[in-house]
Amino acid sequence: MSAVPVIAPVPLSAPGFWKRAARHRSFMLGAVLTLLLVFTALLSFVWTPFSPYDVDMAAKMMPPDAHHWLGTDAYGRDIVSLLLVGARASIAVGVIAVSIGLVVGTAFGLLAAAERGWVEEAIMRLADFGFAFPAILSAIMLTAVFGGGMVNAIIAIGLYNIPTFARITRASANAVWSREFILAARACGKGKFAITMEHVLPNILSVLIVQATIRFAIAILAEAALSYLGLGTQPPQPSWGRMLSEAQTLLFQSPMLAVYPGIAIALAVLGLNLLGDGLSDLFDPRLARKR
Amino acid sequence: MSPLLEVRGLQVKLQTHRGPALAVRDASFTLERGQTLGLVGESGCGKSMTAMALMGLLPDNAQIAGSIRFDGEELTSKSDSEMCEIRGNRIGMIFQEPMTALNPVHSIGHQVAEPLRLHRRLSTSAARKEAIALLDRVGIPDAARRVDAYPHQFSGGQRQRITIAMALACGPDLLIADEPTTALDVTIQRQILELIGELVAERGMALLLISHDLGVIAQNVARMLVMYGGSVVESGPTTEVFAHRMHPYTLGLFAARPGLHSQKGRRLAMIPGTVPELVDLPAGCPFAGRCAFTIPECHATVPPPIEVGPDHRVRCIRLDAVAAAKAALAPAPSHGEKEQQA
Repeated sequence: MSAVPVIAPVPLSAPGFWKRAARHRSFMLGAVLTLLLVFTALLSFVWTPFSPYDVDMAAKMMPPDAHHWLGTDAYGRDIVSLLLVGARASIAVGVIAVSIGLVVGTAFGLLAAAERGWVEEAIMRLADFGFAFPAILSAIMLTAVFGGGMVNAIIAIGLYNIPTFARITRASANAVWSREFILAARACGKGKFAITMEHVLPNILSVLIVQATIRFAIAILAEAALSYLGLGTQPPQPSWGRMLSEAQTLLFQSPMLAVYPGIAIALAVLGLNLLGDGLSDLFDPRLARKR
Repeated sequence: MSPLLEVRGLQVKLQTHRGPALAVRDASFTLERGQTLGLVGESGCGKSMTAMALMGLLPDNAQIAGSIRFDGEELTSKSDSEMCEIRGNRIGMIFQEPMTALNPVHSIGHQVAEPLRLHRRLSTSAARKEAIALLDRVGIPDAARRVDAYPHQFSGGQRQRITIAMALACGPDLLIADEPTTALDVTIQRQILELIGELVAERGMALLLISHDLGVIAQNVARMLVMYGGSVVESGPTTEVFAHRMHPYTLGLFAARPGLHSQKGRRLAMIPGTVPELVDLPAGCPFAGRCAFTIPECHATVPPPIEVGPDHRVRCIRLDAVAAAKAALAPAPSHGEKEQQA
């Protein structure tokens, strides 16, 4: 076979995909950690050891015991319950912010690749403009103008994701547009929109999935950072970032208060990154052939 | 009645980063309903650009001039959405690379049914039924069962059969085959060409067959055009061109064919020089720089087509000299023709 100029990602439907996935260690570890995160958030809706909103000053800063498995914080709230409910904020921010970026950014990227010419130029220069502002800085700017709170934090992080997805989509879509089956589809009389939906999108799906996973991790970090700065999730809604910022003042009395949410954030981000890396390995046809 | 396809003074200019390049210049030909026409020439001579111009699929940097009339309608002035109505519906196209002409993420049945749903507005189940019938016709064994299989589960020859089924789905009046067998094994080539020939005869389609292979042209089309440097240098009925070829480039092309009976150890004849860059093509005859018969006048203007036989035209102003050289070499061995050297 002649060398294929653009290497197509392995489709999810390819034979042996899930078999290879099961043998990929970092993919499996990432998948387990990510599922754990999702499970934690879901569990918090039906069960927590204590209410994360119950303030019990008599039981403040308790060390771990049989009741409070990880102890209590400065207001006597149960750490385990706070961590469980805090996972919700991370997931909500991750899912919604990535969805905003994915939907809007992908649409722009596909449009740029389909239309070419000045439309492509305009969209890409706009994306460059978006990139010029560091993520956290633009989020701080937006929340400073429109006020803090989870909704504004989500929007700020979501807006930041748009240019990333637009760029990646355009680059991958351009590669697909140059392939011969697109020419064959055009020779069949298909319009640009139909070709984009039926031929381009399915072929770049794997790239988007990998990117969404990695962006999810970045969104969780961004939410934690914004909440830490007091611009994200507002009290009394628990969030890992806010737990960190509250623990900061007590770092010398009870350092473990900062360690727990820190570990939670680290595990969530690690899990998603491993998942993303694993997926990009599994979608890579060069690696697929080797094994 | 007007011919199915009438191309007059077609010119395709490409804006490249090294300046404008004339990929096709002043190409004219007609193709009647149910007739076959071959387009032969080296890589980069404008064969594929001519096909793309007919389909309205020229790249963004291309400018087109001249006239392409298809069934009495002017195609060059049509918008992209109007062309979408014609592509795949009234003009079908087969590509060179069956390995990449099919989308890896969709089943073959889906891809063959696509033009039917698009142009005939068939329901999914009706289109699927039709797709199975088409796949069966082009010789995919057990089509009803394999209709849901993916392209990677088929061999190159089978994939080319599938792309033929796609091109034929809506019963086009014109089939354009751009090097349909170049990427295939020789044994498969013959089968695919036979299939195309059968289908063309069976459905009364016109065929435009593009190839660099004179053998393929000889066996499959009634009329042929020889292209060089974007120009049609010789045209006529295939038998006439094969028997009385006159353009120095056509002569060189025939001489460069390897033959089974060529003497062992003898080098294949070749045309001196290389294909000219289309970007700075000289003003006159595009072949002047490599031709043994060149005189200063050759560099002045592009020669007009001269009728040398029934419906047989050659763009060359040195036909007398060529004829004389041919006569001098007339008793030459019938195989392994040598290129004339003046």
